Amino acid sequence: MVKEVFSSVASKYDVMNDAMSMGVHRLWKDEFVSLLKPGSTRVGKVTRCIDVAGGTGDIALRILDYAREKKADRDLVVDLVDINPEMLKEGQKRFRKTMYHGTPQVAFHVGNAQELGQERFPDNTYDIYTIAFGIRNCTDIPAVLREAHRVLKPGGVFACLEFSKVTQPALASMYESYSFSVIPLLGTIMAGDRASYQYLVESIRRFPSQEDFSRMISDAGFEVGEPEDGGAWRNLWGGISAIHTGVKVA
Amino acid sequence: MAAPRLIPRSIRRSNNFYLESRYVLPIVSQARHVTKPAYEGHIPLNWAENAFMAVGSAVMSLLDPRRGDMIAALGETTAGNSLYHLREQMLESPEGRKILRERPRVNTDTVDMEKLSALPEGTFGRAYTNWLERCGVTPDTREPVHYIDDPELAYVIQRYRECHDFYHALCNLPVNVESELALKWFEFVHFGLPMAGLGAVFGPLRLNAEKRERLFREYIPWALRCGSTAKPLITVYWEERWEQNIVDMKQELGIWDPPPAVWSKALKESQKAKEKRQARMPDSASIKS
Repeated sequence: MVKEVFSSVASKYDVMNDAMSMGVHRLWKDEFVSLLKPGSTRVGKVTRCIDVAGGTGDIALRILDYAREKKADRDLVVDLVDINPEMLKEGQKRFRKTMYHGTPQVAFHVGNAQELGQERFPDNTYDIYTIAFGIRNCTDIPAVLREAHRVLKPGGVFACLEFSKVTQPALASMYESYSFSVIPLLGTIMAGDRASYQYLVESIRRFPSQEDFSRMISDAGFEVGEPEDGGAWRNLWGGISAIHTGVKVA
Repeated sequence: MAAPRLIPRSIRRSNNFYLESRYVLPIVSQARHVTKPAYEGHIPLNWAENAFMAVGSAVMSLLDPRRGDMIAALGETTAGNSLYHLREQMLESPEGRKILRERPRVNTDTVDMEKLSALPEGTFGRAYTNWLERCGVTPDTREPVHYIDDPELAYVIQRYRECHDFYHALCNLPVNVESELALKWFEFVHFGLPMAGLGAVFGPLRLNAEKRERLFREYIPWALRCGSTAKPLITVYWEERWEQNIVDMKQELGIWDPPPAVWSKALKESQKAKEKRQARMPDSASIKS
């Protein structure tokens, strides 16, 4: 079902993100990547990144740009994985407009976050694992976290950007009415597809809270910070979205 | 809906029902928040969502006129009190009351296209199928109703939408932009639907100067005159009048032809539907050939 939803939204995905979040998702993604500081100033050191549910390439592109601009790193490699081929096609289309097309720095793979596969994604390979606005669509979140743990090198970083729980009551009720009223209507108007966007807001509501999710990350074998804002997670815009990080114990 | 009971009988029976109901029924109550869907496809909206949808669908309809679902949404979110008025018209005529009781639908499942195209020339049914073929359209492209809370009023607007092609056939107008606009002017004057008014006013902005000039010089005077004097078309039970002579029908309803239109190449919908029908029933296809 998830695959069908994303097939129907693929071509308008980026436009819809801008419309629904009024462009704010760009700020969140910028902050997410800045927090990670991907890349190395040491020439020749290959930092291997895997961006799962990467779809249209927002995070992958930001990682490559950060490494290039801030660290002068052109050896960093990103493997972009998504379960949906249409989303990957949109990602490839976007990358054709950039300097990374045709270079070994980016590679596209069709894959399932819950089961990446031993052959293409062996154990202990990656320095950074990112998943942005993708994990809530996975039916078995612990399986995704186990796979993330498997493919990361010891000392590697797990980072997840996802919609989360808004704790502040006034903001929470405004956000709720915005989500359940405006978002499905925007989907109807802009994409002619109410059902997919209704699914979107419901999947956001179903997702575990910051504390619960950080506990799941810790259960998968990652070392996380204190269970508070600024520790295991960092709230963005009052908790509308949150960045969860963990390190694979060496 | 509770609203009609609030209207005194004297006002309901008066000829100026539409004018008076504007003061009695606040527009907001039309889109009161309803939690449970009242019929299949019903999406209840509160007044704020309704307003948002009205503006959004208006913008989208202008940006992409091929979005039939947006044009339909605009019609429903801006309907206001006009649907009460149309229902009153139907309740006042025996034919209209029959339509409200039986709720006929117009699509290729309910309308027997083969039978109609076999009718003699000069009948309404034959004129309708001739028009469908000439334009290359089918009666299957109408979006279902989503944003009207009362199921009977939802049917009224659905009926208006589905009968739109009958008006085309009756007035002998093709499906190009100028003819659609002429018909929108006619519908605005005749049915009083705000959406028809919006289409009528903003639609011409998309025409080039020459077509717009022709629209204002020839079609709009026809639409204004014919639309205001014709018998209420929403009360006409078209499905029982297939065999009626079209000239007699026009005289009965008070409709006369607009200035001749420019017919362009037919759209492909009708051809595709014909092929699909013939593939389903190979026997009838062999009879025809």
